[in-house]
Amino acid sequence: MDRRCPCAKSQCDCCIQVFGACVEFENFLALDEVSFAIPQGVLTGVVGPNGGGKTTLFDALVGLQPIAHGEILVNGLAPGNSAGRVSYVPQRERVNWRFPLSVKDVVGLGQSGKGSLLQRLGFTSSNQVEEALRKVDMWDRKDELVSNLSGGQRQRTFIARALTQEADILILDEAFSGVDIASQEGVINVLRNLRNEGKTILMATHDLNTLADRFDEVLCINRHICAHGSPESVFTKEVLTELYGSHGEMFAEHQVGHHPHVG
Amino acid sequence: MWVDAFIEPFQYQFMIRALIVCVSVGVMCPLLGAHVINREMGFMGDALAHAVLPGMVAAYAVGLSPMVGAIPTGIVVALAIGFMVRKSNISSDTSIGILFTGLFALGLVMITLLGGISVNVEDILLGQVMSTSNSEVYITICLTVITLCLMTMLYKQMIFIGFDFEGATVAGLSASKINYLLLALLSIVIVVTLQVVGIVLVVGMLITPAAAASLIARRFSGVILLGILFGVLSAVVGLYSSYHFNLPSGPAVALTSTLIFILSFASKWRIN
Repeated sequence: MDRRCPCAKSQCDCCIQVFGACVEFENFLALDEVSFAIPQGVLTGVVGPNGGGKTTLFDALVGLQPIAHGEILVNGLAPGNSAGRVSYVPQRERVNWRFPLSVKDVVGLGQSGKGSLLQRLGFTSSNQVEEALRKVDMWDRKDELVSNLSGGQRQRTFIARALTQEADILILDEAFSGVDIASQEGVINVLRNLRNEGKTILMATHDLNTLADRFDEVLCINRHICAHGSPESVFTKEVLTELYGSHGEMFAEHQVGHHPHVG
Repeated sequence: MWVDAFIEPFQYQFMIRALIVCVSVGVMCPLLGAHVINREMGFMGDALAHAVLPGMVAAYAVGLSPMVGAIPTGIVVALAIGFMVRKSNISSDTSIGILFTGLFALGLVMITLLGGISVNVEDILLGQVMSTSNSEVYITICLTVITLCLMTMLYKQMIFIGFDFEGATVAGLSASKINYLLLALLSIVIVVTLQVVGIVLVVGMLITPAAAASLIARRFSGVILLGILFGVLSAVVGLYSSYHFNLPSGPAVALTSTLIFILSFASKWRIN
């Protein structure tokens, strides 16, 4: 296709390309002419207000939400054709925790339909499952039920599932809701290691203060892309106002830990 | 002496046929039931059982086994419910409720209109496994083998989709197709189970052994295996009591599975 990548470089290795994508819900425009590109091997934080379209954008990227206009290419293909090379970690509320599955069971789901009969039935697991669990530091907890895990442990289990699935793009929606700061660091360390191995990672987050330390790039979205770039460059007063309204500039300091009455 | 009580019934062909059907049902129900209890599809199962009535009556009317009418009806209704739930704004239990009461009512009207044929309503509602015919046994065995094979081949896929539908779709699974397949298999299992426990009690057989197993087993695979043990035990013990005490098979089997559930519940409660 003779079209420049939205990253505007003459040559790039962008594995996610979004060209003027719109998502409409009846009369409501959830995403309006969204264009951006994510290079391979970059850890990107996606920020924006509630209802700003983060989940809708992720759903569109993975093919769960059709777009009304524009085009999305993931690894050069339309969303939904990735055949397992994209892994999606949905918000906690979208997972049915009632299923009595162990950590190892969940990680083994990444290999659905592969392996010997015993592996397909979950009685034995492949070396890949062990390798993935060791990478996210969950091997010691392999037999625990996922419903009993803490938020951070659940995220690491889902990341391990993405590894057994052999995904090279990981998309995590609100991965830190209900996860304490120490566990958040653990998850981020795992994601950084994967980024160093060349995986491309997109993660929605609410915590503006830790963005600079945690992510290579930040994508700000409030139904349209407000800013995209290094954490230091994106948070101008204008962008914060666009994201969170006229009180937006206060948000950066208005977090637990920064409040004058705390500690 | 007491051994006779176990062996004696099986000098009759009809009891051997009944035993085969009971064991099949005991195996199939928890296979699907483990998914039904974790996905909260119990009402769907109950509805499917009621909705096949018109198909059963139509098959009776033309002199066929009610199973022959019930299987296609069940599959069509299951897929229709699946479609309605996905495509309309009506909530799932409302669409299920509308469809199944409508079809059950149609079946009851058909029984009255076709008054000339001998439909034993009690057998349809409560089950009478001892009147199973040879051809029904063959159909049951075939359907059990098909269900076992598909549920084994798609074991992880079925779990993945029930646990994390979005994640499974993105991982490249044909999540909607596998969901429809699960519904079709569910309707098949229900129709086979109808022979043993009848329309009214099907859902008990579908969920009770699996639910009892889920109180004791820790993992999903354990729920299925222990559920199969409980399911077969319920069906066989129910069959014996049906024979010896001259009870309709449905209530006897359903009561046994309820008893197993109560014992599981009590043992779990004692441990805690």
